Amino acid sequence: MNNAQDKTDCGSTSQAAAATIDQFPKPDRSPLIKYVAGIAVLIVAWWLIYRQLEPFAAFFTGALSHWAGFAPEGHLASAIAFFVFETPKVLMLLTLVVFGVGIVRSFFTPERTRAILAGKRESVGNVLAALLGIVTPFCSCSAVPLFLGFVTTGVPLGVTFSFLISAPMVNEIALVLLYGLFGWKIAAIYMGTGLMIAMVAGWVIGRLKMERHLEEWVYQIQAGNAGIDDSPKDWGARIRYGFEAVRDIVGKVWLYVVLGIAVGAGIHGYVPEGLMASFMGKSAWWSVPASVLVGVPMYSNAAGIIPIVQALLEKGAALGTVLAFMMSVIALSLPEAIILRKVLKPRLIGTFIGVVAVGILLVGYVFNYFV
Amino acid sequence: MEIKVLGPGCAKCQQAEKIVREAVADAGIDVDIEKVTDMMKIAGYGVMATPAVVVDGEVKLVGKVPKKQDVMAWLK
Repeated sequence: MNNAQDKTDCGSTSQAAAATIDQFPKPDRSPLIKYVAGIAVLIVAWWLIYRQLEPFAAFFTGALSHWAGFAPEGHLASAIAFFVFETPKVLMLLTLVVFGVGIVRSFFTPERTRAILAGKRESVGNVLAALLGIVTPFCSCSAVPLFLGFVTTGVPLGVTFSFLISAPMVNEIALVLLYGLFGWKIAAIYMGTGLMIAMVAGWVIGRLKMERHLEEWVYQIQAGNAGIDDSPKDWGARIRYGFEAVRDIVGKVWLYVVLGIAVGAGIHGYVPEGLMASFMGKSAWWSVPASVLVGVPMYSNAAGIIPIVQALLEKGAALGTVLAFMMSVIALSLPEAIILRKVLKPRLIGTFIGVVAVGILLVGYVFNYFV
Repeated sequence: MEIKVLGPGCAKCQQAEKIVREAVADAGIDVDIEKVTDMMKIAGYGVMATPAVVVDGEVKLVGKVPKKQDVMAWLK
């Protein structure tokens, strides 16, 4: 349970540091221009290193194969080259994006998001909630207090679900990794369909009028507003918030990334081309529901799952099937269902999982048969 | 004086409690420290993220692990 609640993409300690700094204002000895210059230098250095990764991986693998005496074109060389190239590449992309999104997130707090969503009509609310889910700092160990804070202050149930679906699924880590490894089209498809599922599934749950399937105590509490706003206010604090986010998030997910890439490298080097086509290809209609069934109980963050996604796609699995697998792993998980059980009765949890799973299935089929 | 650390038991909540206890021990003053894990009570404080720290009924910090110097400042 502990482990389940400690999801790796939680960004909360990053907020801590930024807020702490804010509460103890320091003399302003680092003006904005210094920050901008420093960041520009870092980004140039980042870019120079990033460009060298592929030639370095080729050189390293060649030298290693010569020294250790394995074939430079063989399975082992292929797996090593993949690992040596992808690991620093994915980690560097992740660092850059987590920093950028950290700065964007310093503008949004759950309180502000709730203020925007409270009292909104359902359809508009669902759209807004799904979009805000991308930029609001969210950690699934806070899913219950956040759920309560939304529902008891006038955010409709369906709108709250739109937020809860979008927040973990459509996140910066998933988008950047997809962009880095497969290009902007697949990243855009993932973001578009993920948002669509969050909006429509939330709207459907709202239509089903399931308010009575919340636990009774939900209606007895008076979840007021704690009334503290200690989010970063100036650019210095926002930039520190970004750096803290990097330390916190990259510090936690790097191991998953490396393990994921190692699995991906194994598949890349040893699994024959087209192997996946027979049972995860377009012609296998049952592969979409099968990957959702496998994916739902699994939990991984986006960083850990994407290298596996890459290896699957490369060996001939169909895009829709792979998207369905990835979405069900990231968006639905057993640990989250267990946490939400504290506020939702089983029927509502079942409906939530069912509606989202159907949305994911549809996305899988649409991409397999119409794209 | 009493301090409540709100959190269902995720890693960050335990970290928050540890830091509060350390700070109080360092300050050497008598403070009741209570860890609140009950969701109903946590939600009653109006916080939407855990861990949170409540000092004498006032919510001081939400959704993050406090730094020791924060806690020290609240103790004064």
